[in-house]
Amino acid sequence: MSLLHQAKLLIRISRTNDIVRRYFVVNGFDGALTMLGMIIGFLISATDDYSLILNACLGAAIALGMSGLSSAYISEVAERKRALDKLERAMITDLHDTAHGDAARWVPLWIAVVNGTAPLFISLLILLPIWLSRAGLVMPLSPLYAAILIALVMIFLLGVLLGRIAGISWLRSGVQTMLVAVITAVLIYLFAGL
Amino acid sequence: MVYVRRVVLDVLKPHQPNALEFTRTLASVGDGYRVRLTVVEMDEKTETLELEVEADSIDLEAIESAISSMGASLHSIDQVEVLNQTSDG
Repeated sequence: MSLLHQAKLLIRISRTNDIVRRYFVVNGFDGALTMLGMIIGFLISATDDYSLILNACLGAAIALGMSGLSSAYISEVAERKRALDKLERAMITDLHDTAHGDAARWVPLWIAVVNGTAPLFISLLILLPIWLSRAGLVMPLSPLYAAILIALVMIFLLGVLLGRIAGISWLRSGVQTMLVAVITAVLIYLFAGL
Repeated sequence: MVYVRRVVLDVLKPHQPNALEFTRTLASVGDGYRVRLTVVEMDEKTETLELEVEADSIDLEAIESAISSMGASLHSIDQVEVLNQTSDG
């Protein structure tokens, strides 16, 4: 059995696709919203020290990634072990060396990687304009506003993805998630710098 | 040479992999393998199967290994059909 076929089998028997998709959206949304909040906070602070902004945002992005990775791994290992134990009791046999045993070992790792990389990857995308600006690239838009724009686009796209999963209007779903971002931005403007 | 042409097996398997995936994996054990699966009983976490495998020469060890690799277990061999065929050469 090829490695790809084996991986597909493990994902199918553990019914991982739904969980991975959910984790990707939830943690990706966390990453996008956190970056949006931080960048708006820096805008309100009227700082143009891009190194400071980048370091702070990168620190938060890495922490989000590590948090996603470790929390998903720990909880999924426990859940998969419990499910495997139940199945072993039903089958009255040791399933350690079977596809189910492999799934219990490898699937938490796969879920953890998705859960960790989703906020990190989305955060890095959002930080890209600030990075480019610091590298000397002249942009038509202020890098902070460009980062906010990318964050809003990412949040909208995550909403679109949710809409497609649920089989409802992608536009409505995208607008809903955008609304959350707008409310977040308004709250930050209201309370930050008081 | 004695060839095993057909076996009927009593197998207990978890719900996953499903019947289609299960039979596909078993059929891929060798060329010309024909697998027929019947679900005899369904429980909360497991299902009991009647598995019929036909081929010119069945490698029962490979079938057993494929069954257990998918988390299932062979309970009994219920029917066997073998053929003693001497080569003409």
